[in-house]
Amino acid sequence: MKRRQWIQTASAGSVLGSLGLLSGCATPGGAGPKVVVVGGGYGGATAAKYVRMWSDYGIDVTLVEPSAAFVSCPISNLVVGGSKTMADITVSYDNLVRRHGVKWVQDRVTQVDPDKRIVTLASGATLPYDRLIMSPGVDFMPGSAPGLAKSGAAEKVLHAWKGGPQTLALRQQLQAMPDGGVFAMNVPLAPYRCPPGPYERACQVAHYFSQAKPKSKVLILDENEDVTSKGPLFKKAWADRYKGIIEYRPRHKVIDVDAATNTFKFDFNDDVKASVANYIPPMRAGDIAVKTGLATANQRWCEVDFLTFESVAVKNIHVLGDSIQIAPAMPKSGHMANQHGKTCAAAVVALLTGKQVNPLPIYNNTCYSFVSDQDVIHVASVHRYDADKKTMLTVPGSGGVSTAANALEGQYALAWARNIWADSLA
Amino acid sequence: MKQTLIAGMAMGLMAASLGAAAQTAPEHVRSWAAGCANCHGTNGQAQPGMAALAGVPAAATVAKMQAYKSGALPATLMHQIAKGYSDEQIQAIAAYFAAQKN
Repeated sequence: MKRRQWIQTASAGSVLGSLGLLSGCATPGGAGPKVVVVGGGYGGATAAKYVRMWSDYGIDVTLVEPSAAFVSCPISNLVVGGSKTMADITVSYDNLVRRHGVKWVQDRVTQVDPDKRIVTLASGATLPYDRLIMSPGVDFMPGSAPGLAKSGAAEKVLHAWKGGPQTLALRQQLQAMPDGGVFAMNVPLAPYRCPPGPYERACQVAHYFSQAKPKSKVLILDENEDVTSKGPLFKKAWADRYKGIIEYRPRHKVIDVDAATNTFKFDFNDDVKASVANYIPPMRAGDIAVKTGLATANQRWCEVDFLTFESVAVKNIHVLGDSIQIAPAMPKSGHMANQHGKTCAAAVVALLTGKQVNPLPIYNNTCYSFVSDQDVIHVASVHRYDADKKTMLTVPGSGGVSTAANALEGQYALAWARNIWADSLA
Repeated sequence: MKQTLIAGMAMGLMAASLGAAAQTAPEHVRSWAAGCANCHGTNGQAQPGMAALAGVPAAATVAKMQAYKSGALPATLMHQIAKGYSDEQIQAIAAYFAAQKN
């Protein structure tokens, strides 16, 4: 008896599953359990694909996502810096639909009725669910910079903190800026989406300036006490590569932004006027999660059971990705959202088919930051469920950062992107 | 009937060879392995630029992970990741990938 023979026998099941997919596509609907996924980012797209795959295509999955395509936040700072294009960070939803039989509805959820288990869309259509997976990412805390409520202000002072039109618009502002200008950006108090992201953005803009506008400056205005991620590595890059270009100022809490003059106002520090101002507002769970009553931690983040990602507040609703109240040392990252998606998908399939939920989730995070157009630094960690504390904890002795920025990890970072986009969407 | 018998015998053989991992349900091992897919592709079927794990003999993957763990094999980050997994988890995950189509 050869192991391979057993493998072939076992894999017959998944072949049948694939055939099931084809007939499922031909006749949408069916009597299987229904899962609705809200949001097609790293968390939601991954969950949609894996619920289909791991139910042998027996569970009906509808993905509600208004965007025409997936636009990645990771790598988007390279578009801001000019070494990548929007096309490089855009991935179609076609494979989720064609290969996995996910029903994609290009719309927005406006209302969730947890008692009747129905979501209502902007179009007025409704979708029933047995289990709802919410992965709406982040939205911004309302009113954090009152000046941006003025007409046209939010279109002038951009956040560019969601991969999409603002990514390109910020790039265009930098291109239009005369040499000798100042690009000023803030960093909100942690936790926020993508801890090293602001510092990577500063590197990318500085790299662009060093090539194209050498008299220009980058000013980082950080509400935190210090750089929140990969601190020594970023500071070394700023000192070695961008001396005289990047200036870092910690403990700067933005209280308002005047878009007419591109001026940041702080609680204690003097105003800072810039040629291009990039305001990254404080964040909370996506609005639909807050509205549905899932943001149980300070009305800001959604607490979940880390075995299933089910909300602690509302039954049959699971929350993933940047919207959740994170476990200790768990970053709000696309990589982590993808891991949430798979852990949740396995649990949802188990719960809907009467199987045991995995009692010991274990997954990793890897996060690459480009300090130039080539050289990269990483932070990695491994997270394991702790049954006593009922949360995910980093495994002692695991994880760490790069020894120094290097081009090999630049290649790995782009290979990471290709792989995670395929794992989430193809 | 013959198929069932063969499958049953094979399962026993797999369980014996996996040792401690036999206590972990196959779909839970699959979830552990999915944690590698972000970089190494769904079911270990990697996109260009990363090592594929699908179809790689379990012993080879185990040996590599142990070498990362001990520091014998230099790495950019795999030494930091490998230290997060127990020997039993590595064994089970490696067996899962060995059984995937490459």
